[in-house]
Amino acid sequence: MAAPVSTQTVDLAARFPGAVTAEARPGYAGFIVEKDKLVEVATAIRDEFGFDLLTTVTAVDYLPEDKMEVVYHAYKTTGGPGLVFRVQVPRADPIEVPSLIDVWPGVDLQEREAWDLMGIRFSGHPDLRRILMWEGYEGHPLRKDWQEPFYEEDVKPFKSRWPEGKHVMAEEKNPFRDNVKFLENFDPEKWIPENEEMLYSSLKRYTVQSEDGMSTDRIVINMGPQHPSTHGVFRAALTLEGETIVGLKPVVGYLHRNHEKIGERNTFIQNMPYTDRLDYFNSMSNNLGYAIAVEKLMKIPVAERAEYIRVIMVELSRIQNHFIFIGMLLNDLGAMYTPALYAFEERELILDIFEAVAGSRMMCNYLRFGGVVRDVPEDVMQKIKGLVFERLPAKTDEMDRLLSENEVLVARLKGVHVIDGETAIKYSVTGPVLRAAGVPYDIRRADPYSIYDRFEFDVAMRPNGDLFDNYIIRLDEIRQSLRILQQAVKQIPDGPINSQKPQYQVRVPAGEAYGRIESPKGELGYYVVSNGKPNPWRYHVRAPSFVNITCLEQMCIGTKIADFVALLGVLDIVMGELDR
Amino acid sequence: MDNERLSLPQYDIPEDIQNAVTITTLDRLYNWGRRSSVWPLMFGLACCAIEMIAAQASRYDMARFGMEVMRPTPRQADMMLVSGTVTKKMLPAIVRLYNQMPEPKYVVAMGACASGGGPFKEGYNVVAGIDKFLPVDVYIPGCPPTPQALIAGMIKLQEKIDKESIKKVRWYRKGPDTVEVPIPILGPDLIDPRRNQEIKAAAAQKATKESA
Repeated sequence: MAAPVSTQTVDLAARFPGAVTAEARPGYAGFIVEKDKLVEVATAIRDEFGFDLLTTVTAVDYLPEDKMEVVYHAYKTTGGPGLVFRVQVPRADPIEVPSLIDVWPGVDLQEREAWDLMGIRFSGHPDLRRILMWEGYEGHPLRKDWQEPFYEEDVKPFKSRWPEGKHVMAEEKNPFRDNVKFLENFDPEKWIPENEEMLYSSLKRYTVQSEDGMSTDRIVINMGPQHPSTHGVFRAALTLEGETIVGLKPVVGYLHRNHEKIGERNTFIQNMPYTDRLDYFNSMSNNLGYAIAVEKLMKIPVAERAEYIRVIMVELSRIQNHFIFIGMLLNDLGAMYTPALYAFEERELILDIFEAVAGSRMMCNYLRFGGVVRDVPEDVMQKIKGLVFERLPAKTDEMDRLLSENEVLVARLKGVHVIDGETAIKYSVTGPVLRAAGVPYDIRRADPYSIYDRFEFDVAMRPNGDLFDNYIIRLDEIRQSLRILQQAVKQIPDGPINSQKPQYQVRVPAGEAYGRIESPKGELGYYVVSNGKPNPWRYHVRAPSFVNITCLEQMCIGTKIADFVALLGVLDIVMGELDR
Repeated sequence: MDNERLSLPQYDIPEDIQNAVTITTLDRLYNWGRRSSVWPLMFGLACCAIEMIAAQASRYDMARFGMEVMRPTPRQADMMLVSGTVTKKMLPAIVRLYNQMPEPKYVVAMGACASGGGPFKEGYNVVAGIDKFLPVDVYIPGCPPTPQALIAGMIKLQEKIDKESIKKVRWYRKGPDTVEVPIPILGPDLIDPRRNQEIKAAAAQKATKESA
């Protein structure tokens, strides 16, 4: 295992005396930066210390201390541990923090999310609109003193539902008898909807004057939220000049299911099944990221056999994700159904394994803190061996033969530029899209977690950053995952599957932890803050789909509208984790 | 020809012409045609949509029930499969899609979220069940329902169609032939225009309670 390097080896406090102080709270790490110096310090972190990839921006509401905190996690694309720095501001509106959009453009959507849900105004952000909720929505929901319409109590388990088991419908407690709340004397008939004027004004101008004095109208079109190729309820508002895209804004939040608010009311273990429903193709990897974050906080080891089981399940999950990706990409390109049917055939076999070990095809809820919930039976292990040694390698080659040299596919994909490495890093893009742009950044190698340092595998990388590389890298990754799996099923030892006793409530000491894994879509991170109580104080999901679409505008401007579907397709977004 | 469902049982047709001749009622013929070609709206919301795709794909193959022609436009669809969590932000779009579907139209609530909010019911952006806005014909439990459960739900819908009669269905009766649901408005929270007076009264009552 790589020697653990403390983040304190970067001495930011010595570099910026007075502006930066080292974190002193127990359980916390990193540095506290003065608000006024934030941009200067961030520039130095990027340029002098080499932390070129800013992955996470999120806010924490420390209500008892009466302050708000914005937390940043920066990493190096060359590998190694990260750097945490934060800004603390008094909790009185207007709460203002300087935007880092000039240092890392990838903070764009994450800052908008912090504004939407926490009400932190990022000064200098050019387009600070609500993102997950709509303009005009009342309040900032993730603040600790904000209560949802179906509010019962601060934390679960709710006493009202226990111990007598008398349950009252939530509707009966709400004055409006529904999941809504309005201020006193609100009159719905007098309400004037915002009609998304802010969105359209943020797009490129509608009429342009060309050099010879002709004035040209551009077309504004909305794609989604109901569109067969947007992979769910994604919506993009585009401005077109002829067929060329000149402006684009993603509109998200149509599947915002309030994971974080619900997660902060839940106990730690109750969040496990909710993580399944983030990226619903890969519930196993979602479980792993969350388990790693909480295990870091609890400082507990993971049982040896369980580590292997985790790796096996997560890599199987990656394989089926990439198969489906290829099938769906081909669907988007017009090769309706046939490749997707091939992909689904293999996916069903992998889902059979998940069903056998976890009891559910998709929502596995399989990992526990310290291990997994059930052992893998011997016959299932035999099935896995059959898959990883025989069936899946053959089927991967079959997929390769079927598609990779297909003339139509090559003509459609080759040479259509997606993103170059430098821009991708600036925009915090992670996962296969970054690796297809020539940056060999894979967290399994760059900052190993679980037991990935024991396996021999290559980080898949392709140099061109076009659509074709983005397609072919998925096949590369399937092959590498199969290599890992072949080693894992050979080496897996016998033994207990959990280092802890089975328990309904875990003790989590106060502090913060950021657990991150290389999910099939990119860096999946969980930022968890505990105050020593049975429920997380802050529970934030850094979803790869969400951060990856920050660069969508950059990617699409100048391309033809017909390629937009493919460009969106290779980002491999899943709305469940994009909107959370 | 699926004679078993089409023909009336009491008539004895000679065996050699059974494949060519059938004796039936108009209702039976009409329902047989519609139940065998229900075109769903290609419309996925959340996790359940993936199981919906799986039900259409290799292993389960919903085409066996005449339901494989997914239409991305509501104008050509017969059935709306609400597959996943309905959020307040998405609801106006869903209601608009429903209004654009021609009669006869059916709504199937797939999974716990669409049926009643499911695990996300307490969320501030979640509508606790699509039946608060649209008339639901079949509810399918599960989180998400397996493809088998989805197919079972579809068979229930077929059974419902079997029981309809041309004389009674609403789209052949006098009056407007479709049911328009007023489109909800995104205000400080979700506003259901059908309940404007109620909301106003409750908000006023809240004000008096708080001043007291």
